[in-house]
Amino acid sequence: MAVAAEVVAEAQLVEHRRGFWQRWYRTPSFVGGVSILGLIVLAAAAAPLITQHDPAQQDLLHSLGGPSSSHWLGTDDLGRDVWSRLVYGARTDLRVAFLAVLFPFSIGTLIGLLAGYYGRWIDTVTNWLVNVVVAFPFYVLIIALVFVLGPGTRSIYIAITLVGWVSYARIIRGEVLVAKRRDYVLAAKAGGLSDARILFRHLLPNVITQAIVFAMSDIVLDILAIVTLGYLGLGVQPPTPDWGRMIADGQTFLTTHWELSTIPGVAIVITALGLSLLADGLADLLRPE
Amino acid sequence: MSEPLLRVQGLQVEFKLPRGVLRAVDGASFEVQPGEALGIVGESGSGKTMTLRALVGLLPRTARITAGTVEIDGVDMTGAGKERRRELRGRTVSMIFQEPMTALNPVMRVGRQIAESPIVRLGLSRRAAHARALELMRLVGISDPTRRAEAYPHELSGGMRQRVMIAIALSADPKLILCDEPTTALDVTIQDQILKLLGTLQRELGVSLVFVSHDLAVIAQTCSRVAVMYAGQVVETGTVEAVFREPRHPYTLGLLRSVPDFDVVRERLASIPGSPPDLASLPAGCRFHPRCPFVQADCRSGAIPLIELGGDRATRCTYHERCAEDVRLEPVIAGV
Amino acid sequence: MSLGAYVVRRLLHLVPIALGVTILAFFLIHLVPGDPARTILGNQATDQRVALLRHQWGLDRPLPVQYEKFMGRTVRGDLGTSLFYGVSAGRLVLQRLPVTLWLIGFGALLSVLIAVPLAALAATHRDGIPDHVVRAVPLVGLGFPAFWLGIVLLFVFGLHLGRAFPVGGYGNGFAGHLHSMFLPALTVAFGIAPILVRSLRASLLEVLESDYIVTARSKGLPERRVLARHALRNAVISTVSVLGVNIGYLVGGTLVIEQVYALPGIGQLMINSINQRDFPVVQGVTLVFSVMVVLVYLLTDVAHALLDPRVRFE
Repeated sequence: MAVAAEVVAEAQLVEHRRGFWQRWYRTPSFVGGVSILGLIVLAAAAAPLITQHDPAQQDLLHSLGGPSSSHWLGTDDLGRDVWSRLVYGARTDLRVAFLAVLFPFSIGTLIGLLAGYYGRWIDTVTNWLVNVVVAFPFYVLIIALVFVLGPGTRSIYIAITLVGWVSYARIIRGEVLVAKRRDYVLAAKAGGLSDARILFRHLLPNVITQAIVFAMSDIVLDILAIVTLGYLGLGVQPPTPDWGRMIADGQTFLTTHWELSTIPGVAIVITALGLSLLADGLADLLRPE
Repeated sequence: MSEPLLRVQGLQVEFKLPRGVLRAVDGASFEVQPGEALGIVGESGSGKTMTLRALVGLLPRTARITAGTVEIDGVDMTGAGKERRRELRGRTVSMIFQEPMTALNPVMRVGRQIAESPIVRLGLSRRAAHARALELMRLVGISDPTRRAEAYPHELSGGMRQRVMIAIALSADPKLILCDEPTTALDVTIQDQILKLLGTLQRELGVSLVFVSHDLAVIAQTCSRVAVMYAGQVVETGTVEAVFREPRHPYTLGLLRSVPDFDVVRERLASIPGSPPDLASLPAGCRFHPRCPFVQADCRSGAIPLIELGGDRATRCTYHERCAEDVRLEPVIAGV
Repeated sequence: MSLGAYVVRRLLHLVPIALGVTILAFFLIHLVPGDPARTILGNQATDQRVALLRHQWGLDRPLPVQYEKFMGRTVRGDLGTSLFYGVSAGRLVLQRLPVTLWLIGFGALLSVLIAVPLAALAATHRDGIPDHVVRAVPLVGLGFPAFWLGIVLLFVFGLHLGRAFPVGGYGNGFAGHLHSMFLPALTVAFGIAPILVRSLRASLLEVLESDYIVTARSKGLPERRVLARHALRNAVISTVSVLGVNIGYLVGGTLVIEQVYALPGIGQLMINSINQRDFPVVQGVTLVFSVMVVLVYLLTDVAHALLDPRVRFE
């Protein structure tokens, strides 16, 4: 009986996955997203190989210089190489964004699973908590938290986790509420499988797709939050390069050297575009037929 | 005979699907005189709803008319532009739909919905249109119209909503009303009321009706002439009395035999064996032949044309005599 | 039920949430690692001053008592005293609130003015060129950090192109406000318009397949009227909810935009207070922001009920 239940659940999962591997290359948004993002990630990973200068190295004699053979995109007000800062900034921001999405994802999914599966007071408390957090404007809470915890990447992770788990909990809870009435769950229960086993080996793989899709677009939000915090001076601290910080630094020179603020901005938009395309493509592919 | 109000010739409607092209209506032809009620009967998938929609150019996005002509009140609908067709809608020809809950705008009060056509199409003032709406509501049998006009669709019962639909259809004084299974979604008792209402209105106001249904009894009650459709084609036409008393197509015969009638004691209540064909893979020859009790060798291949039998009767069965004979041996209906 | 009863019901539903919000705001100070008073005053402060501040804030009392005092003060409108300015934090907030409200209101208005025509264009030309263009907008648009967009707009319209708009400040008088706030409001609008367009377009496409649209067309109504009176009227119902949720996001976004355009609103107050370590003001502004968001949710619910008569009958 237990074996039969396991087999049914496995079959559900395999259906999903097979569809994915067959269609991914035919979905333009997915391919586009992977290409753009892939390029950026590659560049970030290969940072030491494609840059000539240390992004933190100042050269006050050559500040605010235009593009040259030595400085492909010129230098900023402290003589730092813009290209290097751009590439290393990608490294920083991407790494922080990906990590920052992991914690809310895990915690939110766990809470959502429990709230949806067990219901009753766990669910009520979770809902209340969700509504309270959501009542705070996202940025206000993030900024307030970072202020309280002190600027820097550690605070960013904590702040985003405390605020971001909510969306995942909501999504997973919704999916679990629907899924727990499905045959394979009822069969598993009847088969005497333990709650933990049902939750993690059967429910989780089937409800997690929506959360994964959301996570992709959440990374976009996180990157925007990180660069916004950087702009406000509350995020990644100098000398670590960060796109938001670069834009803030360049704002003073808007009238003369507008490219200092523009270039990092364009980088952000392109990265976000890649992630959005990826998210859309993933949503298309993982959608149950 | 005067000029027909509605003339359909060789109508062809095709659907564009990912797996190819589907012909939902294949060469339908019929006429409706002023003041007359024509019934179109068939199962789902027979093409009867698409035919209706095609008449006024309200086909779904993926469908289009690929051949044939539709003439309403002398106007060539198929050749005319979008604007010309729109002009005729509401004023010359209007429609009543099957599901009044979804066919009414859920966020607009019903009085407003009835008054809309008179305001926009007839140029009446807000007040005059409202008065007209109340009048129409009384005409269709809605009690306490002043209060009811302020209601939203979800506050009314199914029968009431259908009456509202009828009022809307009448609001701009049309000559022809197309009814797409208006009573199918209603309780039997309400059904009867609505049918009686339609009959009365038709006689008193002199509007023509094209009444689509899968229910023979409903058609018999409301219409004077009938066209039977199967798998996208018209397979038999004639007056209701003639066709129901002496069907000349095995499909019509099958339909009639599967309906219980209290006046005739039947030995068997037969349903037609098999099911309607998939429009994407139609049988060769007569489309009904796989289910036909009288099937012959030459039924299995070649297109079967519509045979005129004189006196407004026509059939798409080469061996229609067999049907007539079968009915003589075992009558279908005691009286119509 | 009547509209009034519905509003009261929604208000009651929001009370526990409002309560939770105050708890969270209250606890903000306790999230500070270590001794909050010392952190605020810095390491140079004498033990005496730290003890005094702790006493002033009641940090030496048990937690529930502190919360009680906090709630008591807040309900009376006393948000504490600014460490930096020495005046009531509440007064500071009230002074600057109009600017932020202007920004939010004007921004929301502009976003609707942008989103509705675009969504209607896309939905009526389904799968055509306008549709693809409009669908691409959210894809690219959502990747724009609000502050960067603000800088770009400021650069293009404020510094170049005839210097059409002032680069900062609030302006005087209604017309002055309109002029000065246009670029900031536009930045806000561009921020949420993509989401609105996406939602409204999807909603419209769904509505346009409805039976009552066929009915409207069967009346021979001009397509424009079918779209405006029947389709849009129904499609906006779900979009109102989306707008409401996003205004929550929007409210937070004003923080950054006030910074970019040097607008004297409560967002800028918060940032300044953060830099000045003026804790009571930060706490007070956070609370005010959240109350605003809760009110917006309430307004959204009310708007929803006004637009959709079916909702009131639950």
